[in-house]
Amino acid sequence: MHAYLDNSATTKVAPEVVEIMNKVFLEDYGNPSSLHKMGFEAEKYVNEAIDTFSKILKCNKKNIVFTSGGTESNNTAIIGTALFKESRGKHIITTEIEHPAVSEPVSFLEKRGWEIDRLSVNSEGLVDPEELKEKLRPDTVLVSIMHVNNEIGAVEPIEELGNIIKDKAPECFFHVDDIQGFGKLKMDIKRSNIDFLSASAHKIHGPKGVGLLFVSDRASHIPPMMMGGGQQSGMRSGTVNVPGIAGFAEAVKCLYENIDGSFDKIKDLRDFFTGELLKIPDTRINGGENVSPYIVSLSVKGVRSEVLLHALEDKGVYVSAGSACSSHKKHGSVTLKAIGFTDKEAEETVRFSFSCHTTKEELEYALECLNEIVPGLRRFKRR
Amino acid sequence: MSEKLFNAFLLKYAEIGVKGKNRFVFEEALEKQVRLHLKRTGGEFEVSRINGRIYCEAKSDYDYDAVIGELKKVFGVVGICPVTHVADKSPEGIMEAAVRFIDDNYPEKNFTFKVDTRRANKTYPKTSMEVDADVGEALLNAYPDLKVDVHTPQEVLHIELREQIFMYSKIIKGTGGLPLGTNGRALLLLSGGFDSPVAGYMVSKRGVYLDAVYFNAPPYTSDRAKQKVIDLAKVLSSYTGTIRLHIINFTDIQMAIYEKCPHDELTIIMRRYMMKIAQHIAENTEECFGLITGESIGQVASQTMKSLYCTDDAVTIPVYRPLIGNDKQEIIDKAEEIGTADISILPYEDCCTIFVAKHPVTKPNLNVIKASEVKLNDVIDDLMEKALESDEVIEVS
Repeated sequence: MHAYLDNSATTKVAPEVVEIMNKVFLEDYGNPSSLHKMGFEAEKYVNEAIDTFSKILKCNKKNIVFTSGGTESNNTAIIGTALFKESRGKHIITTEIEHPAVSEPVSFLEKRGWEIDRLSVNSEGLVDPEELKEKLRPDTVLVSIMHVNNEIGAVEPIEELGNIIKDKAPECFFHVDDIQGFGKLKMDIKRSNIDFLSASAHKIHGPKGVGLLFVSDRASHIPPMMMGGGQQSGMRSGTVNVPGIAGFAEAVKCLYENIDGSFDKIKDLRDFFTGELLKIPDTRINGGENVSPYIVSLSVKGVRSEVLLHALEDKGVYVSAGSACSSHKKHGSVTLKAIGFTDKEAEETVRFSFSCHTTKEELEYALECLNEIVPGLRRFKRR
Repeated sequence: MSEKLFNAFLLKYAEIGVKGKNRFVFEEALEKQVRLHLKRTGGEFEVSRINGRIYCEAKSDYDYDAVIGELKKVFGVVGICPVTHVADKSPEGIMEAAVRFIDDNYPEKNFTFKVDTRRANKTYPKTSMEVDADVGEALLNAYPDLKVDVHTPQEVLHIELREQIFMYSKIIKGTGGLPLGTNGRALLLLSGGFDSPVAGYMVSKRGVYLDAVYFNAPPYTSDRAKQKVIDLAKVLSSYTGTIRLHIINFTDIQMAIYEKCPHDELTIIMRRYMMKIAQHIAENTEECFGLITGESIGQVASQTMKSLYCTDDAVTIPVYRPLIGNDKQEIIDKAEEIGTADISILPYEDCCTIFVAKHPVTKPNLNVIKASEVKLNDVIDDLMEKALESDEVIEVS
């Protein structure tokens, strides 16, 4: 048995996606910028993809920009806004629990003289809308807040936050990092007053190396990060990644056919899974009520997450110790620290993350393995 | 400087020269190693020994930096001279070649120099003194800003009169040591840290082939930690030749020690069993005459004199500790020089760091340690056997 429960790190590519990408790679491999028929055929895939995404996001076609992934989308929104708005003000509001693809470009600006306010979160990982109200200033040009936290799954009140920005600082842009929510939790861009929304294909059974950035009409004047041949209306130069984009669109189509059904199914699975996890003595599920059903953050007292991870791996169960991107670094998780965990508590926390294809059998198998492994590991905890 | 000017490389070796009757054994081993290393550069070379030097003549185009890089990895070579061939062997031909050589190799012609000729071919019409004088004069005429200084010249132009005539002025420092294969084999206890790869290098440099053993502790250590050790062995093997890396599953032994023995003695007892397993592997390896560890007196609790006394007691085979007198920084500097530092610095936990007690004993008493080990009596033979059975051998080169 095998249970891949690290779907927030990345997912298996869906067969339908591989099929359409294969067709592009082998048959319709033209460059959409070429004038001939091969180019035109390739362009059709891109236009169809734009069509798909604009319907899902309920936006105009020109609001969609394809990128190399979530990191580029986030960087484009943040650095682009900074360059575009620096004469108006140099104040940005973000949170303490952002992914490095947001927190690093923000820190980059901070080192160059920008003022940054980072909203704190409560023990459930949620920001306080009142704090946003207090921190907004006439010179605040960007608010960047994630939709779903990648480590504990907390779902931020994006709509409420968006409306506060609209009321208090109508000129200020609102960026939402939706890498962990897109295709899983619905999001209304208009009602939430969003100017930028970042999404990534490989988190939802699409290929790696492609993502998108929704850019509102009023934000469409930010300068591009990639300059060159003027593709995508000059918003993002570079030969258009046709197979990636076609695959991304196919992936999202598969998901959206049944987004509500998947949500309910995964929510039931999560309830079952967390209920069983809590039967293991001295365990805790992190986060509160407002949480994505696709993510379970579990603390197991007296067991180091890295050791648990490797013991589970040995049985074919794949999880993550904190955020996957963090495995390159030695220092602990930002989110867990922000919700008040000590270093030791953070070191005892693992993340299970699901996809719409996750089954009850996989979770049952993972539970069986945990029940077998945890007592043994607790005997040998570091004293 | 145009590197294509060099037709050959002359290799100098020092220590081998005084080896008496065994000298040819060392020379043959060195020649073999030189061939092996040159093969990796992709260039074709004819390698021969003449009068106490090794001469590598290029038979194809070659990458100069790659050749120097490889030759610097050959244990036993103390100097590498990129050599130019003199085609016209007449005295006039040599003078012309010398003038061209200086022009090709020195953009600024304003240094002090001397000419040093060796006349191995005793039938050459001029003596070495005469060649020195003629060439010196030709150079002074061609480049008026040069000055002769026979005592402390900035540059020495070496001319060798043999069947062929060579000219060189640069001697690039080689790594020294003795050629591989002249001193048997030893087994290195390799962890992921800075010390053990350097220790392996130091011993191998004296002509010793290496095997290595790594103690793996899944799930407490990861596949990345294991890969790190394989990568370290790979870097080492670029000097030492193929390394047989033994990977032993050590988890159960560690667990047993952890459960049954006092925690402040964990590391010492653990190391004693590592040594015992290593000795067992060494005894079953042909021509393997010792163990190598990266220990240095007092670096950590398990490397105090008393700790080393206890560790050493576990085995009868000689244990070589070439870093015994080195400070940590000296070891890291060496690791950087040989190219293992970038890998050693990666942050994966290894089996030594994962179960460390907060306050390990620094002055263990061997009798106390042995008494603690008695508590393992009913399980240890079984566990040792299982650990040895788990041996996974990877040939790294």
